[in-house]
Amino acid sequence: MSAVEAEAPARPRRYLLERQGVLAPLLLAPAILYIFALVAVPFFLAIIYSLSDVTIGDPSIDLVGLDNFRAVLQDRVFRRSLRNSVVMTSATMLLVVVVARVLALVLTQNFRGKWLVRFLILLPWTTPVSLAAIVWLWMLDSLFSPIDWTLRYLGLIDGSLNWLGNPDLAPVSVVLVQVWRIVPLAAVIIMAGIVAIPDEIYDAARVDGAGFWRTQFEITNPLIMPVTAVAVLFGAVVVFADMSVPYVLTRGGPIDATQVLPTWAFFRGIQGGDLAQGAAIALFAFPVLAAMAIAILRAVRRMDIG
Amino acid sequence: MSLHARALRRRVGGRIALYALVLLFTAQATVPFAWGLITTFKANPDLYNRDNNPFLFNEPPTLDHVQFLFRGTAFGTFVGNTVVVALCVVAITLLVAIPAAYSLGRLSLRRGGAVAIAIFFVYLIPPSLLFISLSPVVANLGLQDSRWSLVVVYPTITIPVSVWLLTGFFKSIPRDMEEQAMVDGCSRMGAFFLMVLPAAVPGLIAVVVFASTLSASEFIYALAFVSQTSQKTVSVGVPTELVRGDIFFWQALQAATLVVAIPIALVFNLFLKRFISGFTMGAVKG
Repeated sequence: MSAVEAEAPARPRRYLLERQGVLAPLLLAPAILYIFALVAVPFFLAIIYSLSDVTIGDPSIDLVGLDNFRAVLQDRVFRRSLRNSVVMTSATMLLVVVVARVLALVLTQNFRGKWLVRFLILLPWTTPVSLAAIVWLWMLDSLFSPIDWTLRYLGLIDGSLNWLGNPDLAPVSVVLVQVWRIVPLAAVIIMAGIVAIPDEIYDAARVDGAGFWRTQFEITNPLIMPVTAVAVLFGAVVVFADMSVPYVLTRGGPIDATQVLPTWAFFRGIQGGDLAQGAAIALFAFPVLAAMAIAILRAVRRMDIG
Repeated sequence: MSLHARALRRRVGGRIALYALVLLFTAQATVPFAWGLITTFKANPDLYNRDNNPFLFNEPPTLDHVQFLFRGTAFGTFVGNTVVVALCVVAITLLVAIPAAYSLGRLSLRRGGAVAIAIFFVYLIPPSLLFISLSPVVANLGLQDSRWSLVVVYPTITIPVSVWLLTGFFKSIPRDMEEQAMVDGCSRMGAFFLMVLPAAVPGLIAVVVFASTLSASEFIYALAFVSQTSQKTVSVGVPTELVRGDIFFWQALQAATLVVAIPIALVFNLFLKRFISGFTMGAVKG
């Protein structure tokens, strides 16, 4: 590519290249303006909000310094939300990477009915999140859960497990639903990495006598590391920023057992009307997301070389 | 011979393991929806009897609740709103992202690399961070409680992703193709429409699929900005309006989910290969 660029000025189109200095920024301008007006401005507004005493009832902005952050940090519910966000996202992604790796391998094989299987396996990811959460709300219903019915039928439990009402079980339920919907996305990305490995490498491994497991662990896994990292980090950003699953399933309950940063920011900022504290809560997610973004870029760079 | 038999046994074992895994993965993905499908057609006394086998029809199935969904609720309105929002978001996204990606991918722009990375970072500023400070912005635009607020706001998510994705595509198209067309007397614009854009069709499809499904799926902005029933899209309308107090219209809720989920999944599957190549291409070349 650099060879093409070096060659370009030699061609007899110098006037066009000179016009590129005008054309290039001109074409880019609408995107930059759009993002500036509706992402950069609200982002800085969020920072100002978090340093002020603005509420929905009293929209005048008086700066109060770091009071909101101090108040938020002392709030038991906030600390719970922050911990839940980190723990639940990590647990989700740990499970996702293992399950998606296996699913990706399965999807690269040939078998009967592959189109239908692929369609069904992708359903959890392609279904709008809040609707997938509604399906699970019914699956995990305290009275009519078919999972509980099956367990009762097999004689394993009496009554019901109360998946969403039990403070110990509710976070597990939320994590499992997140895993369920993120696995197809991660698998599809990892699959692209597996498909990209040249056959010759596998042929060489077979000649050397490497069996299935050795090939998987010593050849495939190292080669798909970068693309797997991209899949995991993308999934982590999606889960960390998601409020629809906990909102629909538990509203953050019971007793804040599944409260995460986005739900708590919503309840405080929009429903509670305290825009300033809501903004402060939401901003706590930013350093984590920025770190993940940098990690994604690094992984993508490595993918480019490999 | 024993070597041969062992190889055969291993191959048969591998096939059995493969089909077992296929079955397992398909089941975990499908069972919740299958349960939803059965629920849709269940009569109330059947559904709300804990002793009944939930996977069977213990009483004759009924279409009552499907009829209720379409006639007795605002579901049709939600679908209509979603389609309008999705079409507008796709149009805005294409109009803004294609020129930007062309500029980043094919024109020599000073600091183009830095701009591309900045645009990528924007994607990672999620709605959950911005919805609080965007709500007064939306109000100032006179769009509170209107589906048009979503038309304005969703491109902030779709444009960065699409620019990132399309930049990779535009970069991967050989420059010679475009230059040859221009040498042959095409304007830059003519060369763009004749040579560059057709070659980027997989990327464009990925953008259209992404932008339209995002419009149907996004939840936070839709929940924070739109509370009027007539303006809601499916992702918020269904979970909030098919519930009266503590009473969930379970059959209608499951029917609504399936009616929305299946067409979206079909579109995704039709374009899956292009979607993946669009995604990885953007990732690798962006």
